[in-house]
Amino acid sequence: MHNKETVMISRRLFLVKSMVAGAGLTLGMALPGCSREEAAQESLPEAGPGKAGGAVVAESHFAPNAFVRIGADDRVTVIIKHLEMGQGTYTGLATLVAEELDAAWSQIEVEGAPADANTYNNLFWGKLQGTGGSTAIANSYEQMRNAGAAARHMLVAAAARQWQVPAADIDVQDGVLRHAASGRQATFGTLAELAAQEAVPETVFLKDPEEFRLIGTRVPRKDSRAKVNGSALFTQDVQLPGMLTALVVHPPRFGARLKDFDASKAKQVPGVVEVVGIPAGVAVLANDFWSAKKGRDALQVEWDETDAFMLGSAELVAQYRALADTPGSSVRNDGDAGSALQSARQTLQTTLAFPYLAHAALEPMNCVMQRTPDGVEVWNGEQYQTPDQQAVAGVFGIAPEQVKINMLYAGGSFGRRANPHSDYLVETATIVKAIGGRAPVKLVRTREDDMRAGYYRPLYVHKIEAGLDAAGNPVAWHHRIVGQSIAADTAFEGALIKDGVDVTSVEGVSNLPYAIPNINVELHSPVHPVPVQWWRSVGSTHTAFAVETFIDRLAAAAGRDPVVFRRALLKAHPRHLGVMELAADKAGWGSPLAPARGRGIAVHESFNSYVAQVAEVTVHADKTFSVDRVVIAVDCGIAVNPDVVRAQMEGGMAFGLAAALNSELTLEQGRVVQSNFHDYRVLRIDEMPEVEVHIVTSTQPPTGVGEPATPVIAPAVANALSAATGQWFDRLPLQLSV
Amino acid sequence: MLTLTINGAEHRLDVDPDMPLLWAIRDHAGLTGTKYGCGMSQCGACTVHLDGKAVRSCVTPVSAAAGKSVTTIEGLDSAAGRALQAAWEKLDVVQCGYCQSGQIMSAVDLLTRNPDPTDSDITTALSGNICRCGTYVRIRAAIKAASRALG
Repeated sequence: MHNKETVMISRRLFLVKSMVAGAGLTLGMALPGCSREEAAQESLPEAGPGKAGGAVVAESHFAPNAFVRIGADDRVTVIIKHLEMGQGTYTGLATLVAEELDAAWSQIEVEGAPADANTYNNLFWGKLQGTGGSTAIANSYEQMRNAGAAARHMLVAAAARQWQVPAADIDVQDGVLRHAASGRQATFGTLAELAAQEAVPETVFLKDPEEFRLIGTRVPRKDSRAKVNGSALFTQDVQLPGMLTALVVHPPRFGARLKDFDASKAKQVPGVVEVVGIPAGVAVLANDFWSAKKGRDALQVEWDETDAFMLGSAELVAQYRALADTPGSSVRNDGDAGSALQSARQTLQTTLAFPYLAHAALEPMNCVMQRTPDGVEVWNGEQYQTPDQQAVAGVFGIAPEQVKINMLYAGGSFGRRANPHSDYLVETATIVKAIGGRAPVKLVRTREDDMRAGYYRPLYVHKIEAGLDAAGNPVAWHHRIVGQSIAADTAFEGALIKDGVDVTSVEGVSNLPYAIPNINVELHSPVHPVPVQWWRSVGSTHTAFAVETFIDRLAAAAGRDPVVFRRALLKAHPRHLGVMELAADKAGWGSPLAPARGRGIAVHESFNSYVAQVAEVTVHADKTFSVDRVVIAVDCGIAVNPDVVRAQMEGGMAFGLAAALNSELTLEQGRVVQSNFHDYRVLRIDEMPEVEVHIVTSTQPPTGVGEPATPVIAPAVANALSAATGQWFDRLPLQLSV
Repeated sequence: MLTLTINGAEHRLDVDPDMPLLWAIRDHAGLTGTKYGCGMSQCGACTVHLDGKAVRSCVTPVSAAAGKSVTTIEGLDSAAGRALQAAWEKLDVVQCGYCQSGQIMSAVDLLTRNPDPTDSDITTALSGNICRCGTYVRIRAAIKAASRALG
């Protein structure tokens, strides 16, 4: 039978009632945002996943809650509250519903949720709707299962009533309800209308993990077909009647302001409709992209650079290095690291530098927006519904709920589309406002705009000093981090800055897992106008490298194997140990390697998931190197879809490998040097190593997989290179000097 | 006025002859499966076939395509194209999906010229296509699977 695990009744009661409040049960009633906009949707290339509220509602449907809709045609539509940006959330969240509903995977369709924080909030973020921090599956795990279980309960109740049999005698499998004794059976669709008249259950029962049929198996992605035949709809693809394409010229330096512009030549370009000054710069609006680009090229703009940021990355690194020699805000202080360093048998010290990084999602930032009689409608790869609604509403002086958002597929994000300042949405809104809202506007950033208009992983400097006792055990770890705060001056300041410490600057060091009796961690958060933002795995992008490479240095100084050294220090952290041992075992740790080859390991927890990677490298005669093979072990609790987990391990690692090998955004006299993929290099297929992924079997609740693979590869590769060459690395991207 | 044949259909377009083919396809022919990623032939997201050969439409003037046959992801119906799309779907290659039209168009070009490519052939043919999600392991596997399926 179905029901064994009773989840806390009080929590369930709340969840089910809140779902009812979100959508209601009325037959034929559309979910919020479904009905009024069909006219506008008709001009879009294709309805379906990635497009919120666009599906024409089946004649007769059963919507037991805000997440499930069942049509008379047997189609089960799962409404997904999180952005699909490649991480597989449309598949994962639908799997949770299908599991408890006992639906056939083939009858499941997915649809992006509208912006409505009362119904579709991220349960880890309070009344805020948004995607990030590798939370989609983790925060939805019970919610979506509850939604499926509630729908199943009502379908079973309807069948029991119609067939006059006990509900307990009805079995559900692959979208079909059966009563074995009488031989009666019915599909979801045929019962949908009756089920809608059943009471929404106050409690539902969820399956025990051993009863799962879909969770823990590979079910195919729901977005594959549309993404291989070109029909998947991204923001870039939205075409609305009368829509204008806007390109913006931004200031050449951060902090500079618009002084004056001459649009006379731009306006002579055929297709250019209007040129308007906005707070972010000057926008050229045209009938198509190419006209807007030619118009922008013809624009003459003067900038006021009085308050412009004029420093380069080299000067910033020098300033940060000086700051790293001074005490900062206290992050963590266990024991007395200062005294322990004094009395240590040997001490080691390093200072590391990490550059600014652009997200460089392949779809450059863009947004479509139009004024409507009710407010504003947005089409966007929408990652931060609630903050974006507030920011856009602020531009127009309307209420946030008057900002309707259609969540489309995002062509990557890596954090960029969750901008705490809603930067490109506000930019679009100011353009729409500047033209009096008389046409829909598609803001398009060119690759160059996307790279140069800001919002980067901050530049960081780390200084670490550690001491070993006579037995080679680490006794002290003193760590200073210098870098801009991401959360400062955002709505997230209250949640993320504690006692003057931006937790996103220090995560990965503040929770250093190694058993070292004296640990002192400090932070400096210099303030200047270079715009910064979270970048896939956030603080761990730099802290994992600093910690894991320095651990290898300590191991070498202690004369111990890196795995043996870590093993002794991770006794209190079984999940760290578990992935480290699994990766080491599968990689053949300790087996001989050919000359000029090296093997390195790193282990790191982020977003409550644990990842270890072993990298194998070859150093070539010309002082270049290649990463040949990466073995990844991950403990993310229950792997809802092991193939999606593998994909995120492969891709997350590749994203981190790009930063380890190639990517670096530099400032010179305040100007961004790089502009496109020829000088901001990301990973290409020739640099992709062989990858093996091993998933720890677990019954723990699922945790995130979008980010945790990213920070582990750079230290694994650096440690492999150190093993091969004896060189230690103090910067990213990695450069061989020997 | 220019006449373009895209996926077998004629489009008469009133566009600047210097306009890159990409924007004629997207903004004027209304086929949006072909993507903009860089505008300078660095990322391959805009890859289409011109008379059966892969080109970067973001740096190909639309005038250079006049009188030729343009194939986009929406019009892919060769044996290699179908095999590759099927393999892509079977292996769930895609993540965000934005680059994948271009990846597939490059892969079709490869398999059309070279039905049994080596790893090195695949690397060479696909190195101009960036996937920021890092799906390269699966792209490689899907090309091999499609090659096998085509016999």
